[in-house]
Amino acid sequence: MSATAKAGQIGRSLPRLEGRAKVTGRAEYIHNLRLPGMVHGKIFRSAVAHGRIRRVDTAAAKALSGVFAVVTSDDIRKVISNPYYGPAFHDQPILAIDKVRHVGEPVAVVLAEDPHVAEEAMRLIIAEYDELPAVTDEVEAMTSTVIVHDALKPAGIFPDLKHLEGRKGTNVALDFHLRRGDVKQAFAEATHVFEHTFRTQPVMHTPLEPMVSAAEPGDGTLTIHTASQSPSFVRMEVARLLGWPENRVRVKTAFLGGGFGAKLYIKLEALVAALALLARRPVKISLAMDEQFFTITKHPSTFRIKSAVDKDGRVTARECEVWWNGGAYADVGPRVTQKSGFTAAGPYDIDNVAIDSYALYTNRPPAGALRGFGIPQLVWAYESHTDMIARALGIDPVEFRRRNILRDGRPQATGTVMKDAAIDKVLDRLVQRLGWSRPFDRGQGSVKRGRGLAVGFKASIAPTTSVAILNLYADGSCGLYCSTVDMGQGSDTAMAQIAAEVLDIPAETVRVVHPDTDVTPYDMATLGSRSTYHMGHAVKRAAEDARVKIDALKADLGVPPGSNVPLAELFRRKYGMQAGNIVGVGSFVPSYASPDHDTGLTPNATPFWMVGGTGAEVEVDTETGHVRVARLINVADLGTPINPRIVETQLSGGAIMQLGFTMQERMEFADGQLLNPNLADYKIPGMRDLPARIESEAVDAVERGGPFGAKGVGETATFGVSPAIANAIDAAVGVRLTELPLTPEAVYRALRKAGR
Amino acid sequence: MSTILSLTLNGRPRTDLVASNLLLVDYLRDVAGLAGTKQGCDGGECGCCTVLIDDEPQHACLTLAARCGGRRVETIEGIGTPGRLSQLQRAFHEKLGAQCGFCTPGMIMAAEALLRRNRHPDEAAIRAALSGNLCRCTGYVKIIEAVRTAAEGG
Repeated sequence: MSATAKAGQIGRSLPRLEGRAKVTGRAEYIHNLRLPGMVHGKIFRSAVAHGRIRRVDTAAAKALSGVFAVVTSDDIRKVISNPYYGPAFHDQPILAIDKVRHVGEPVAVVLAEDPHVAEEAMRLIIAEYDELPAVTDEVEAMTSTVIVHDALKPAGIFPDLKHLEGRKGTNVALDFHLRRGDVKQAFAEATHVFEHTFRTQPVMHTPLEPMVSAAEPGDGTLTIHTASQSPSFVRMEVARLLGWPENRVRVKTAFLGGGFGAKLYIKLEALVAALALLARRPVKISLAMDEQFFTITKHPSTFRIKSAVDKDGRVTARECEVWWNGGAYADVGPRVTQKSGFTAAGPYDIDNVAIDSYALYTNRPPAGALRGFGIPQLVWAYESHTDMIARALGIDPVEFRRRNILRDGRPQATGTVMKDAAIDKVLDRLVQRLGWSRPFDRGQGSVKRGRGLAVGFKASIAPTTSVAILNLYADGSCGLYCSTVDMGQGSDTAMAQIAAEVLDIPAETVRVVHPDTDVTPYDMATLGSRSTYHMGHAVKRAAEDARVKIDALKADLGVPPGSNVPLAELFRRKYGMQAGNIVGVGSFVPSYASPDHDTGLTPNATPFWMVGGTGAEVEVDTETGHVRVARLINVADLGTPINPRIVETQLSGGAIMQLGFTMQERMEFADGQLLNPNLADYKIPGMRDLPARIESEAVDAVERGGPFGAKGVGETATFGVSPAIANAIDAAVGVRLTELPLTPEAVYRALRKAGR
Repeated sequence: MSTILSLTLNGRPRTDLVASNLLLVDYLRDVAGLAGTKQGCDGGECGCCTVLIDDEPQHACLTLAARCGGRRVETIEGIGTPGRLSQLQRAFHEKLGAQCGFCTPGMIMAAEALLRRNRHPDEAAIRAALSGNLCRCTGYVKIIEAVRTAAEGG
């Protein structure tokens, strides 16, 4: 499997294959799609966080000229009798049934040929609710008498959710527990014990192409065009809802205008499917930017972390309790709880670990995957905690990390022995780039300077499957069919490079066919930095399969194996004309062992580890609390990059996104209402928010299990940003912030509280 | 109520009967069939719909089409084609200034406006001129590099 790159296609920094289309505005997005006879849908949303629906009056909306139909859950149930969906739980209704569980929940839809008419009519709908008390905090949800769902309805796909079937009177959608060693004993023997609690805020992905889906009814079929990261899942789930075989549902995507986890699983697809069947014509729903905030968010979290440290500054035990605010519908939250849960103790070599991680239902908009799948929330806590311990013990934070760092060959909390995880190397490179041992300018007057660093790691989601097909046409040209969705990460280019390397052709000549479930084979989804590794393997195998078939064709024709007779000529000799195909197929599913239900332990937690660290230099204005990030350094282990320059853009992009979540972004709720669902009041980083210096580096590393030594990169640069900056602020002004974001107001208050 | 709109669109004169309340972004995308101009938000916050009106960068989502009578409107389609990229487009392509590509047309139009009035902007001028255009993918590093490259004529 460890084939080395020889054809020169791997490690090649060619620009994106679709770059020209993108810079000329010609690239295709579902945003651009117009279908003959199409109507537009506009969603009417709940104004209350929790309530029984007393009445939905659609009469005025229906009466508006130009309105085609107004649809509520009663109509949906005419075409889908049990309209509840979700990847982990079948808990989310296509339109609210009897109850609403969060502000912004879809209650009704207006259909009209003119989207502006649909919007105007939507505002004429009146809904009345009997409001119920709401629970919004993840810790309160553990014990609250407010119960979001009467009974739990696990989807049945995941074995670790089965025990939750039918459970009543709880908001816990998954509890994950890990026990390793003797934590109690270690705490009893500890020289020092430290305990801190950290919190993160609700934020949103804000892809600039808001979620958009269209459905087109056919002759006993349905075609869904959707800006989705998971076309295979969409087909499966819509087919299940309709009670149809998968071959009657076709799902097509285009380029995505950003995804970051927002466009996963089912978002609008089940709704447009039902609407198209009801309307008997194509239906498209394009969310406005504000509606995205009600659709999916990043899990707010509370993390209590407690460490036992011996006299030599070694962490001997760690206790972690993490509560994830999953909002009103589970989405993929239970997976976040488990998959992220088991790395909550951090990239440290700790013999005794106890982790309790809880997915909670609350009356907030649903939370799901967002670039890091829970890991940035955890690293925020454990790397802040690490610095706080070092500071309290008077040990240099780098030295303290080095004493405790998890190295290859040592078991991680699950018991899985680490391999190809360059945690120490990432730390070393950060230290070198920061010039840690050199004197540092601490600032003067009211502006103080400080520096900090943080390192995090992540397991890949497992086990998941990718399948690829490579088609060599009669003229010898190559089409690559895979369901990986290019949402800006450059997967088309990377997959073409992998196929081209095996076939020894230029990557530019490979045509990558975009996801279309009637055409491209199954892929679990484009998420969790899994594509380069999983689909990369599948593509490599498909290309290798094609090569074997080319050799067989040569043998068949009596052409010597090493000869350079072009493929088109081989086809001509075989078929007497320009005709024929060679189809190579490859699939990949990594080995994996599910964590034990009681102990959370497993010998094989992940196919590969992602490792990312950040160093930050900050200037804190002690008079205003304003923090200026002067320098942001991102160092990552991504194995051997397939395309080094595209990888660089992934690192800088991930880091700046996390910088937004660190410094400025927060969905503000008051009395259950979301106050800032727009880009004017919810500020994502712009050019003026950039650090003066941004540096990115991939350490020299190889992932031996990966295709050509590569592994995933999409999330890695997000891990360390938040704690590195908080650690730098502490180094500058001696105050510790334990809740994100690190706004000037928060820094100012902390400074005043500390009497500075 | 409708208006007759005569304007110069990407260098060509054009006349359409348009609703008086039609937004320029809808005119460009739905009437003129120029889907390169994107709509990210609808409040002039993201900059994805940036076009040039008489060389000035404007939000097409905040502009009525009917107000463009007699004016020169330019979109990404008027700047270059995949076979003939402008210098700026080539720099965005080669320096990886586009990731998902959704903000790219607006970003390039804002940069185009900058380079028309200041052929050799420094980094501060680039950051200021593009500060109204949001990008969620790139972290802006490569966008700044692309504009610098184009400004240096490379």
